[in-house]
Amino acid sequence: MSNPLSREQHLELYYYMKLNRALDEQLVRLFRQNAVVGGLYSNLGQEATSVGTAYALEKRDWIAPMIRNVGGLLVKGYKPRDILMQYMARYDSPTHGKDGTSHFGDLKGRHVVSPISMLGDLVPVMTGVAIAGRYLGQNVVAMTWVGDGATSTGAFHEGLNFAATQHAPLVLVVENNQWAYSTPVSKQVPIHDLADRAKAYGIASSIVDGNDVVAVYQTAKEAVECCRAGKGPVLIESKTMRMKGHAQHDPAEYVPKEMFSYWEARDPIARYEKYLTENGIWDEKAKASLDARIEKELKEELEFAEKSPLPPPELAEQGVYCEGCHTVEAEWKRPKKEVIPPQASVKPEWEVADFGGFDLPATMVKQAAVAAGNGRKAVASTSAPKTNGQKPAQKSNGRPEKSKMAERVPFGRGPKGKAGRK
Amino acid sequence: MPPVTMLEAIRQAIFEEMERDPAVVAIGEDIGVYGGAFKVTAGLLERFGWERVIDTPISETAIIGAAVGMSYQGLRPIAELQFIDFIACCFNQITNFVAKSHYRWGAPVPMVMRGPSGGGVHGGPFHSANPEMYFVHTPGLKVIYPSTPYDAKGLLKSAIRDNNPVLFLEHKFLYRRIKEELPEDDYTVPIGKAIVRREGRDLTIVTYAAMMHTSLEAAEDLAKEGIDTEVVDLRTLLPLDKDTILQSVKKTNKLLIVHEDTKTGGIAGEIAAVACEGAFEDLDGPILRVTAKDSPVPFSPPLEERFLPNKNDVLAAARELARY
Repeated sequence: MSNPLSREQHLELYYYMKLNRALDEQLVRLFRQNAVVGGLYSNLGQEATSVGTAYALEKRDWIAPMIRNVGGLLVKGYKPRDILMQYMARYDSPTHGKDGTSHFGDLKGRHVVSPISMLGDLVPVMTGVAIAGRYLGQNVVAMTWVGDGATSTGAFHEGLNFAATQHAPLVLVVENNQWAYSTPVSKQVPIHDLADRAKAYGIASSIVDGNDVVAVYQTAKEAVECCRAGKGPVLIESKTMRMKGHAQHDPAEYVPKEMFSYWEARDPIARYEKYLTENGIWDEKAKASLDARIEKELKEELEFAEKSPLPPPELAEQGVYCEGCHTVEAEWKRPKKEVIPPQASVKPEWEVADFGGFDLPATMVKQAAVAAGNGRKAVASTSAPKTNGQKPAQKSNGRPEKSKMAERVPFGRGPKGKAGRK
Repeated sequence: MPPVTMLEAIRQAIFEEMERDPAVVAIGEDIGVYGGAFKVTAGLLERFGWERVIDTPISETAIIGAAVGMSYQGLRPIAELQFIDFIACCFNQITNFVAKSHYRWGAPVPMVMRGPSGGGVHGGPFHSANPEMYFVHTPGLKVIYPSTPYDAKGLLKSAIRDNNPVLFLEHKFLYRRIKEELPEDDYTVPIGKAIVRREGRDLTIVTYAAMMHTSLEAAEDLAKEGIDTEVVDLRTLLPLDKDTILQSVKKTNKLLIVHEDTKTGGIAGEIAAVACEGAFEDLDGPILRVTAKDSPVPFSPPLEERFLPNKNDVLAAARELARY
């Protein structure tokens, strides 16, 4: 085990997954009581993917969840009441009733970016968060999730390509839950493994059993470390299954019954309970105490949510613009003088590794492990120690010092793999 | 100080803001080493380096998306769209992600989206757009369309310092045709404030961008005919400065709206409604519009000339209005 988890951490993973599911079940009850406004999107069966990936992040890291990533929000410190009130369109919800579901976030405290309903759009946005974090010297990683369906969008491809050219510290979790509304993944893409998409962008990728929370965590942890070391972005395909319809109104009759049975036998929580028992990490008493805690908490959370009023109608036209209600301030973790002239100034000139033909240069040109925004300078701030040690390459003569550059994670093949700038 | 072009004024605004605040960064296609298709960002990379001047792949959605993400981190990105026509490629990011961000979840997006717009240079159907109304119809955005170097510089500085997403349209016909002396000291021009370019008593022309100059020329001709024309330059289209429009209409009692955008759904219709709602009793004649034809922007010079509104169109409409 490359990232051994303590007993406490093991139990915490269980807590978040079980809370995710209990909250899901609570929302179904509320939906049946007509207490949910609009649609309800189940997370059932996907708890391990959301929780395991988000659990691999540090507090300062950023996430942008999609609709079935409530588990990630819980790990990031949101409470069930926030989700409940979002679905119930209450005033005390994070968006005060202006938006529903998991469509909320928190820039300053939890570092959560709100999704929108259009799929794939978070990929370029979180790339921006990631490269800004690098620019500011924060050493942060940005993580977002897309479903199998979202990999068909232009935003996914534009965003991933840009992230790759920028070597952005971005972990992109492709949550392959087999269905995009009623369309099976085989009609969504002509490939079996969505992780193969990474090859086209020359980035590292891995495939993980999305219903095995420990495996998900370990895979995500490695990806996060890879990004933090300046070797991002990384794509993780998590193979899992959406165990309900697209939303509560959809009985999912288009899904073969055998497929549900197959995945039901691989339920992430039942599997994890067995794992904890077989490995002696917990006993019946510990489980009972955690379950009781979740039940009690959820009851209190629901009471709070139900007491919250609907928003006052006049709120509808408020807050379209920021009129001094927010301060915009970057959190600098590196000396500003590094990005101010004259220190920031460079010789504006491209370098090309080869001339793009079929004749390879005699010596293979090594690329910087951490390429800068546009060009040649290895960005120092991705990991803290480099900040002082590595002199920006272009300060001497505008050209990188090849010998000092770390080798890039291997990728690509043939002449094209070596093309581009260094 | 010698007079500078509108292009130079815009360049100065970007340079000065990047000098002033290291949170200001630039992102776009070919803006760095090449200095931008129109050379607005020439020298920017040399001065501010690779991290602050980011050349991107041809991916408008990634440009706007990444700029949003950067702004969530407290930066103030200036995103260039090489020609504003390409803004259609990132319409979703702008209208759904950017514009609704503060309203939905209280996340301000302090970014500027800027690019060359407008016709008159034989750019054809994909390099001549006036896309303002798609975005004027999008709550949460601000839309600026200046007509002079002074305003362009001052408004761009305001846009960069604003906590809201601003679409800053630069009429490419004006880039190198208009020159003006600029103050040496730092100055800004407030967003959302129109300006009376020429005072008059007989009729009001409300206009902006390149048509402001056409309207001013027409006003001089009209003066010789005894028609004293007031010209209001909107400068900002969203939020619209209704007060200045209504004040002028109440004074002259006649309203002509001139814009280079096409007629149907153009801002002239909105301004006419503003005048009817706020100054109906003061109107002594119909509200008239001089605009481009309702077609895509054609390429060949005689076609484009026919398509665009010109001084004679303004004169004809003003004379008709003056008869009431």
